[in-house]
Amino acid sequence: MAEFWDMGGYGAYVWSSYGIALVILLLNTVEPYWRLRRTERRIARETAREDT
Amino acid sequence: MMRWFHQLGSPPHFMAISRRLEPFLAVPAVALCLLGAYAGLVWAPADYQQGDAFRIIYIHVPAAWLSLFVYTSMAVAGAIALIWRMKLAEIYVVTAASLGASFTFLALVTGSVWGKPMWGTWWVWDARLTSELILLFLYLGVIALNNAIEQPRSAARACSLLALVGVVNVPIIHYSVEWWNTLHQGPTVTRFDKPAMEWSMLWPLLTVALGATLLFGWLVLVRMRAELLWRERRSRWVRRYLAGEEAGNG
Repeated sequence: MAEFWDMGGYGAYVWSSYGIALVILLLNTVEPYWRLRRTERRIARETAREDT
Repeated sequence: MMRWFHQLGSPPHFMAISRRLEPFLAVPAVALCLLGAYAGLVWAPADYQQGDAFRIIYIHVPAAWLSLFVYTSMAVAGAIALIWRMKLAEIYVVTAASLGASFTFLALVTGSVWGKPMWGTWWVWDARLTSELILLFLYLGVIALNNAIEQPRSAARACSLLALVGVVNVPIIHYSVEWWNTLHQGPTVTRFDKPAMEWSMLWPLLTVALGATLLFGWLVLVRMRAELLWRERRSRWVRRYLAGEEAGNG
């Protein structure tokens, strides 16, 4: 197992690449849904204000 | 076919279709990315020259592929937006840009992290690296232009034009390793004869690339829905849609 993490001495390079990819993909995945919900709320607020 | 195209162009249909497509994109996207990454890290044999450092390829090449694919698709959408004034094409151009920028950034960073142990340097100003950096600036240009112009439709048209003009950089990036002397290795996958990689190393790469492309498709559709709702917020269909949404959740 330790050998696997060591990646033949290139562990730092390999794992930092996979790590940053994971972070970017997670952000990319969360952001669209966050944006969609924020947009829906903003429109709902605007609509409510106009209706009163 | 034309009817289908028209229906897709109509906003309420787009909302419905993209929501129905969502699980069919998201599930295989995540599954293929995980499978490919696992296979690349565990099952693929170490490279005879680069040892285990070559495993960075399973991040680097899919990210670079997407950086080119997304930009090219933005240029096509940009042309459609400019010629036919199709709203969804305009929205695609402005919403795909930040995803494309993130993949370009990832390709540059992982390339740099790979370059250090292999070439002994994080960065060189050679053709491949410089043209990819310019691609990042083009993406950032589209994003900045969209933010700078108040009126959304004029902004989208300006962005479409920039996307279209900038697409000349895409073949330059692709062929840079053949046209100029560079530290970057030549093409390993997109060759007309057989690829320069063993199948056991290649299939995880193709798996991640396909998964990442589906992932992009899934996420850009979600971003497009948000942008479409916002742009059309005064229209009746958005109100009906949001009312239905609330009823569905409540």
